[in-house]
Amino acid sequence: MMELYTQTLNELSLGLEHGDFTSVELTQALLARIAAHNEKLNAFVTITSDEALAAAERADDARAKGRAGILNGLPIVHKDIFCTRGIKTSCGSRMLDNFISPYDATVVEKLAAAGAVVLGKANMDEFAMGSSNETSFYGAVKNPWDLSCSPGGSSGGSSAAVAARFTPAATGTDTGGSIRQPAALTGTVGIKPTYGRVSRYGMVAFASSLDQAGVITRTAEDAARLLGVMAGFDERDSTSIDQAVPDYTAEIGKSIKGLRVGIVRQHFDAGLDEQTGVRVKEAIAVLESMGATAIEVNLPNIDLSVPTYYVVAPAECSSNLSRFDGVRFGYRAENPEDLLDLYCRSRGEGFGDEVKRRIMTGAYVLSAGYYDAYYLKAQQVRALIADDFKKAFADVDVIAGPTVPAPAFKLGDKVDDPIQMYLNDIYTIGANLAGLPAISIPCGFVNELPVGLHLVGAHFAEASLLRAAHQYQQQTDFHRACPEGFQ
Amino acid sequence: MRAGWEVVIGLEVHTQLATSSKIFSGASTAYGAEPNTQACLVDLGYPGVLPVLNKEVVRMATLFGLAVNATVARRSVFARKNYFYPDLPKGYQISQLELPIVEHGEMMIFDADGNEKRIGITRAHLEEDAGKSIHEGLEDKSGIDLNRAGTPLLEIVSEPDLRSAKEAVAYLRKIHTIVRYLGISDGNMQEGSFRCDANVSVRPAGQKELGTRAELKNLNSFRFIEKAINFEIERQIDLIEDGGKVVQETRLYDSVKDETRSMRSKEEANDYRYFPDPDLLPVEITDEYIEAQRATMPELPDAKQQRFVNDYELKVDDAVILAASRPLADYFEAVVSATDAKAQFAANWVIGDLMGALNRDSKDIEDSHISAVELAGLVNRIHDNSISGKIAKQVFDAMWDGEGSADQVIDAKGLKQITDSSAIEVVVDKVIAANPSQVAEYQAGKGKLIGFFVGKVMQETKGQANPGQVNKILKDKLKA
Repeated sequence: MMELYTQTLNELSLGLEHGDFTSVELTQALLARIAAHNEKLNAFVTITSDEALAAAERADDARAKGRAGILNGLPIVHKDIFCTRGIKTSCGSRMLDNFISPYDATVVEKLAAAGAVVLGKANMDEFAMGSSNETSFYGAVKNPWDLSCSPGGSSGGSSAAVAARFTPAATGTDTGGSIRQPAALTGTVGIKPTYGRVSRYGMVAFASSLDQAGVITRTAEDAARLLGVMAGFDERDSTSIDQAVPDYTAEIGKSIKGLRVGIVRQHFDAGLDEQTGVRVKEAIAVLESMGATAIEVNLPNIDLSVPTYYVVAPAECSSNLSRFDGVRFGYRAENPEDLLDLYCRSRGEGFGDEVKRRIMTGAYVLSAGYYDAYYLKAQQVRALIADDFKKAFADVDVIAGPTVPAPAFKLGDKVDDPIQMYLNDIYTIGANLAGLPAISIPCGFVNELPVGLHLVGAHFAEASLLRAAHQYQQQTDFHRACPEGFQ
Repeated sequence: MRAGWEVVIGLEVHTQLATSSKIFSGASTAYGAEPNTQACLVDLGYPGVLPVLNKEVVRMATLFGLAVNATVARRSVFARKNYFYPDLPKGYQISQLELPIVEHGEMMIFDADGNEKRIGITRAHLEEDAGKSIHEGLEDKSGIDLNRAGTPLLEIVSEPDLRSAKEAVAYLRKIHTIVRYLGISDGNMQEGSFRCDANVSVRPAGQKELGTRAELKNLNSFRFIEKAINFEIERQIDLIEDGGKVVQETRLYDSVKDETRSMRSKEEANDYRYFPDPDLLPVEITDEYIEAQRATMPELPDAKQQRFVNDYELKVDDAVILAASRPLADYFEAVVSATDAKAQFAANWVIGDLMGALNRDSKDIEDSHISAVELAGLVNRIHDNSISGKIAKQVFDAMWDGEGSADQVIDAKGLKQITDSSAIEVVVDKVIAANPSQVAEYQAGKGKLIGFFVGKVMQETKGQANPGQVNKILKDKLKA
């Protein structure tokens, strides 16, 4: 038998069904692997061994009684941004280092109801603000492909854990690329669904109009299976959309013959690492060889997405993070002199630099006299970008390009240069601004570091993205490559 | 009002909407619970929670908009008002700024000369209330009670059309009446369900531009509102006449000292950094929805008052009193429909004895000891001459004390009026026989003495003889 940790969710599911192993055995095997190797990566904030084994026992019991859910006994890791009842939910911040959530996020609840076993909570950039995982209060996560490199961020713990075969799947959240960029940098699959497809209830908010939950896996097939469970309307989230969830796993088997693939010229401009561009073009050629047609499309305002994002996202975050005031939960400064001192020191000591930078930027762009010039203008540009995509999707089914301008960068390289760090999300941010679904899939290597192919779809076109990704993975084996030291 | 000055007042009324759950969560809005027992995770602003709009508040705001002849917005947007305060759990209040649900309304009041006057209603918007800070009994600490956090409010903002404290109170009373008529607020001022801030400024008569205004807060009764505004008017005029300048600021009314005190000046005011709340979709309502709400609108006070005058021929003043409260008006109409007496006669009983008893015992009409049907029973016995008006008061008191219906009390106490002429004649003869000197005086021309004889007869019959008959029989017999 193949080692359990090397198997995908789908393979493990078959093994459990056939009785080749139990969920308890599987859980023990993965927990042992995490215990042995996590120190090298720092992928976890919390490892929930006891809860995981108890859940695995319940899953085995349910299976014995013929009541196995679609994810019965299968392992998953949650980004530490999802509230988990009775378990620390830190959001990668000192501010929430002492926060035990009294409730489960909708995503957590749905996956648990389907029988998933939670192995732990993944490390992340503080409050999901960062592209390298270096802003975490718990320290940076390391890339399994090169321990001196970043696994990307903010879902860096999730991507590293999946790439290192600690788990076949992990949840993530994506506000400007926080699922897709780490997936690209670790050779994994990361999907950000349409805004409103998955409930945000119980996800600690960064930028509410951009945040969306998704998953990181090694195959599109596994992503399809998980997304089918996570997606759907939630009456507790007014921005979730009441629309039937397709059977993604059934959709992915279909051929991509006739698929119209849009290519955006700006995505292959100067900012792109040459070799990365070559890998992406090779991937598009594979899609063409399978019957897809490449068509050039124009997104005239896409170059404005980074500045637009860095007005809208900080504005929303400055308000969303106001609740962390040291009064009801989270970090509280010791011996405050008065109310103002309590606020200032609790927030000053509880938040890290990047979070403070964004809160200040956000407060500035919303302040009297600047609102029109910044926030309102950014919203107008955002509408233009969304409109560009809408026009493009009249002619194509998906838009293909690089996920990230270059392979994984060295830890420490961009820490002191926020603009360079922000530019890492240049290709991914557009999908968030327009609320579109997008996926990153491994499409080769440059200097032994993974490269990601980025596919963006029209609203609710997750099935098209997953199908293209799955069919591509039938023709390639980049996703099977395992980083050295983690075989 | 001091000569040479004009007063300009605009009011902001915060009306708590009478929903059973909060505006963005399922927690109860009931008043008076133990601190923090009616605050769920959404109210507490926990990480990851999201607001979900209670549709009932949209219905209530729509009704209000229709009642004040306003535009009900087909699309309104919730915005975040950002500021830090311990009783504001999220660090922002969800309110409406640029696109409120109600705009351009109006309301008619009577000015000092008794003329009708139009007061513009700029807007009414939905928002959530904050919690409460508690200082009493906590030594050097402060407590926070978040039960009230998330309670739905409708903030009603008037145009600066009011020209005196009296007009302000007239406007407020009318708003108060309307929200209770519509059933969208209990209007309870003691519990804070109906609160008011007043923007007050003065300017020399004839000047076009407005003077600098002060915002008065903490006005929690109609009486205090009038006193606070009057104090503030005098303060501002004194200040200007002494060569000073009014500064734009928020002032707190102290009802014990009857004065207003500076709370914070404009320089210290917050920049609230409003922006549309990305957690909530714009509220979109259709014409059909608005028409459906219009169909459920109750008759409003002005229309009801007019109908009472037209259909029941009530005196205008009485119609105003009865129409001021919907339960009182309903009570009155129930009495009228159960009696053959004239409506004005029924109104006299409701406004007189019934409201007197309610006031005396500090009770609302809903808690009246005597139901409308029971009161109609009493009115009917007067109307059919079973009892006199005087005896009726005695019966009313017994009914109020729980001794039964009018008929039961009349029977039990033997109070039925004597209308048998022969029985009355017997008593009249007795009285005439017993008072010969008065008879002589009367017959000599002292006609006023008739009252003396009537009194004697009523005394003999314990007030039960029909006064009209007594009068007639006495006059006949004394003629001789």
